[in-house]
Amino acid sequence: MWIKAGLLPLFITYIIGLVLMVMPMPLFLEAWRPDWLSLVIIYWLMALPHRVGMGTVLILGLMTDILMGSVFGIYASALLVMAYAPIRHFQRFRNYSLTQQALVVAVLIFIKRVLVYQLEHWLNDAVFHVSYLYPVISSAIAWPWVYLILRKYRRHYGIQ
Amino acid sequence: MKSLFERGPTLLTRLVLALSCALTLMFLDHRLNTMQPVRSFMSTLIAPVQYLAVLPEQVMDRIVYLATTRTMLRNENKLLKQELEELQMAVQRLNFLENENDRLRQLLGSDVREASRRMAAEVVAVATDPFSHQLVINKGLANGVYEGQPVLDNRGVVGQVMSVGRGTARVLLIADQSQAISLRAERNDIRVLAKGTGDLQQLELQFIPHSTDLEVGDKLVSSGLGGIYPEGYPVAEIISIDRNERLQYARVLARPYAQLDRVRTLLLLWPADATEQPVYDTEEETAGNDHVD
Repeated sequence: MWIKAGLLPLFITYIIGLVLMVMPMPLFLEAWRPDWLSLVIIYWLMALPHRVGMGTVLILGLMTDILMGSVFGIYASALLVMAYAPIRHFQRFRNYSLTQQALVVAVLIFIKRVLVYQLEHWLNDAVFHVSYLYPVISSAIAWPWVYLILRKYRRHYGIQ
Repeated sequence: MKSLFERGPTLLTRLVLALSCALTLMFLDHRLNTMQPVRSFMSTLIAPVQYLAVLPEQVMDRIVYLATTRTMLRNENKLLKQELEELQMAVQRLNFLENENDRLRQLLGSDVREASRRMAAEVVAVATDPFSHQLVINKGLANGVYEGQPVLDNRGVVGQVMSVGRGTARVLLIADQSQAISLRAERNDIRVLAKGTGDLQQLELQFIPHSTDLEVGDKLVSSGLGGIYPEGYPVAEIISIDRNERLQYARVLARPYAQLDRVRTLLLLWPADATEQPVYDTEEETAGNDHVD
């Protein structure tokens, strides 16, 4: 049976990630909005690499494209490239301290954002603003909390 | 637990497969523009996420509303009545001028301007990507919204409808990098082209000669030349002019009148020559909207 226990809780975290990504915020906080969906994806890739994989990331990426109104596949490809490292090195990643993990997350989100910018630049002649990289910092700061909350959540619902 | 690498294709193969899938979709969407049906289907599918996103804000509004006291309401009511009276007086004059204008236009032999219809819409989500400034509103195909429709707020032009789902539509703001709008200075009728910069508070006027007669504080209104935005709506105010001779053109910046960063309620406009018709949800909305401009 392909529907395993814990599909619904897993699904709910994806939805929460997507909702936080488009929730209206005051302008001065807007630029600092952490990249919630990427954080959620990185956590699940690391915690359940046998379950959450490239397929999930592809579908979530396409949903992001719809929500953001960007050309189909921009966010999907950036997220896929970003997802490679956490799946490949999930065991090493799990043993890092929270600070080290936060640094790695910052690098991953940086890669994702630069890819999105580059694709947007090729397709739509986007112009670069430094503010586009602020979320790299805020995501790294948010990571320990996301990690602890999701770990508790995963254990509570016994998602394996 | 089974190891990740014991079954199925390797990780790299799967990455390449998924990536090629995403890149194919990108090609289909961007180069061939064949994804529009899929796009509107998926937008309908994902609409609940957008409704969830504005839920906290609506709940807060509701709580604030419930917490308002009687005195506050009474005061507000008084203020609103005053404002209404002033506006009604202004409208009387406006109606008179409009009639006169129509008569004069008839005398001159040019077309009488026809009224346009409008409908209020609410913002349900924002796209936070700085490369494309978009809003999602709660009106769609079912209400007669069409692609390229002008959208205003109570201060000025906001943008145009970019894609339409069944119950929602996407609005591209004038501050978007891919948008440009043809404007006219109200003071001296100089025609200018304003391009979005990606900054919500700024538009850049393009190809302005150094000798231009524009001044800081000039009001820019839509010129109606692009065919999308109707003529005469306020759009932006000039905030800085840099006449540095080393640049090829003067660098002129303008600030949009519409509060693009905090719009909540928008106005959809159906120009008189639009083939689509607005479909109102309820009676009360119709009653509020039958006063045409």
